[in-house]
Parts: sequence; C-alpha cells; structure tokens
Amino acid sequence: MTQQLPSQTPEEQYLRELIAHGLLIPMGVDGVYGRSAVFEDVLDRFGALVGQWGAENGAEVIRFPPVMNRHHFEHSGYMKNFPQLAGTIHSFCGGEKEHQALRRKMENGEDWTADQKAIDIVVTPAACYSLYPTVAQRGPLSREGALFDVYSWCLRHEPSLDPARMQLFRMREYVRLGTPEQVSEFRAAWIERGQRIIESLQVPARLDVANDPFFGRQGKLLANNQRDQNLKFELLIPITSEEKPTACLSFNYAQDYFGQLWNIPTADGAPCHSACVAFGMERIALAFFKHHGFDPKRWPAGVRKVLWG
Amino acid sequence: MTIDTIRSVLKAHSRIRVPIEEIGNDANLFDAGMSSLASVDVILALEEEFGIEFAEDMMHRKTFESINAIAAAIDSLQIKASA
Repeated sequence: MTQQLPSQTPEEQYLRELIAHGLLIPMGVDGVYGRSAVFEDVLDRFGALVGQWGAENGAEVIRFPPVMNRHHFEHSGYMKNFPQLAGTIHSFCGGEKEHQALRRKMENGEDWTADQKAIDIVVTPAACYSLYPTVAQRGPLSREGALFDVYSWCLRHEPSLDPARMQLFRMREYVRLGTPEQVSEFRAAWIERGQRIIESLQVPARLDVANDPFFGRQGKLLANNQRDQNLKFELLIPITSEEKPTACLSFNYAQDYFGQLWNIPTADGAPCHSACVAFGMERIALAFFKHHGFDPKRWPAGVRKVLWG
Repeated sequence: MTIDTIRSVLKAHSRIRVPIEEIGNDANLFDAGMSSLASVDVILALEEEFGIEFAEDMMHRKTFESINAIAAAIDSLQIKASA
C-alpha cells in the first residue's frame, strides 16, 4: 500500500528542505524562523560584499534597533498605505485589579489581548524609516546631499509557508537624499551595481518595474502610479518558481515624499528627493542555497571566492 | 452641483497650495501640486460625499487628473447605478 503524501507547493517543499538541512529552525509561526551558523555566515559574507561595493561612496553607517518611535511611524503614513503589514507593540499598563482580570482571562483561555495598550515603539517596517526623522533634525542638507548605510530587522505581517516571504527578516539599505539629479544618479548606479553583484554570484536575475503592496482599492492608484512613473524596480531571482521569481533587491525613488513629510530641505531650500537600494538579505541567501545547494563548502569556486575571498 | 462638490472636496483634501477657485475645470490637478497620496484622500472623500465606489480599474491618475475628469467618472458611476 502506498502512502498518500499531502500535496505540497514548491514553496512548502523548499521550506521543508531548508529545515531538514538545519538552515532554518521552525518556531511554530509561519514566516518566523531561527537561523543556523551556516545561514548566518552566508548572510554576513554577502553583507560584507555589499559593504565593499558601497564603500567608495562614503556612506554614513547608522544601525537602529529593530523598532522605531511610534510617533514617527504614525507620521510616516505607513498605516494609511500598509496597515495590513504593520507590527505594533502592546504592553500591560494596568494596576493590580487589571492584573487579576488578565490572569483570570489567561487561565480561562479567553482573549486577554484586548486590554493591552500600544507602547511608544513599533517594529521597524523598513530599515530606512527611522532615518528620515533623524536626518530632519540635522537641518538642511549640504550641497553634496547625504548618503546613509542602514541595516535592520524588519517586520511584515504576512504569515506564509513560502520561506522567501518571512515575517521577520533583515534589510540592508543605502539611502541617498539630495537634489533630483543626485538621487537619480545614485539609483541608476545601484541598478547597475546590484545586477553586477548578483551576476558575480552566478545566480540568474532579471530587472523589472514593480510596485509596493498598497492596501485596498485606493492603493491600486498608488501602485499604478509607481509603475507608470518607474518609481520602483526590483531585481528578481527565481527561488521556488521560474514564472514568479522573488524580488531580492529593490531600487526605489520616493521623489520628494520623505523630504516634504519630514521637512528635509536641500541646500537650496527645496524639499529633498530621496532614493534607496534595499537588499532582502534572507531572500538573497535563500536564492544562493537554491541555486548552489545547501552546503556552501560545495558551492562553485568562483562564488566562494567572491564571498569568502 | 457636482462640480461645486468636487471643488469643496479638493479644497479640503487635495493639499494643492493655490486657491481651488483659481483652478480651471480642465487644469491638471497633479501639475497643480496634488500628490498621489493626497489623491487617495480625495478619492475617499468623493466616495463618501457622492455615496459611490470607484471601480478598481478606475484607479489611475487619469481618472482624477482634472475636475472635469472626476465629474465624468462620477457621472459614469451614477448612470450605471440608475440604469
């Protein structure tokens, strides 16, 4: 008698393989995993490689914790555009009486979360979100504009069995603020560099115009607008599907949105424009494991040389 | 009437810096300074004001690029609703 195996999507299959090889460690929640030393080493080496490519431009390095000021988050407009993805943080703020009620509810298996209150921080949705209010505090930009290197754990609430769609992941970004010309030049240079980096690691990739997952019917207008104006490009790498490759790098032009929102003027006083290149670190590591195998020691020599020297 | 209501919605939500009275019915609202994000607020307010729902395939800048374009979009929905 043959055993009937439950049908599995290619994403689920790849997730099982990653877990079986010890690269990801399940935590009982879809899209949230521990990582092994091997996985982390690949991610670290890729991060170092990105740092080498970015070093020539002299970016200021800032590392924020994986949370941001809730008031900054509210001001950012994130809840208008992506309420479904946000991770807000809540805590118990009551006294003894409320604590009794809380304990009772938990013991009875009732919903105890409704009485929790939002605290002053939320989980970072994108590595650059804490940057803009920080830059705004410094006053107008210099004539050269500004360039930053940020890196953070980020949260997107979208539970999935696709290992390339994690809820908690790391995002490395270079963020350029300045005149429209400075910012466009930066983005064009990184579109070129990003493709060369991935090419050097012998992984297939293609560039395509893209849009963010804006919420709701009205969000469709923002998504269409992003595409019509070529504001977002993604470098797509097939991980579990050739037809639907995964966005591993994105090249985003925010026009003067953040400049206006946070009141960051250029040296001439106009609201600055901004752009960023973002690396989805886990997705890139997953692409390497898919294309080169689960054991980095057996990866092609050329790839090993680029990553480990 | 429709035009007047559209103008009052734009005044409250478009974040266009010049007075709405100075903007012609065919003038491009995005060129006048309405951002895409502000246009979402305009859309929500129009839907509430007119009791309509713009279809997903109408969610392009072109649909909302001028007062006349918005009026035409609203008319097309109202005609559909009464047909």
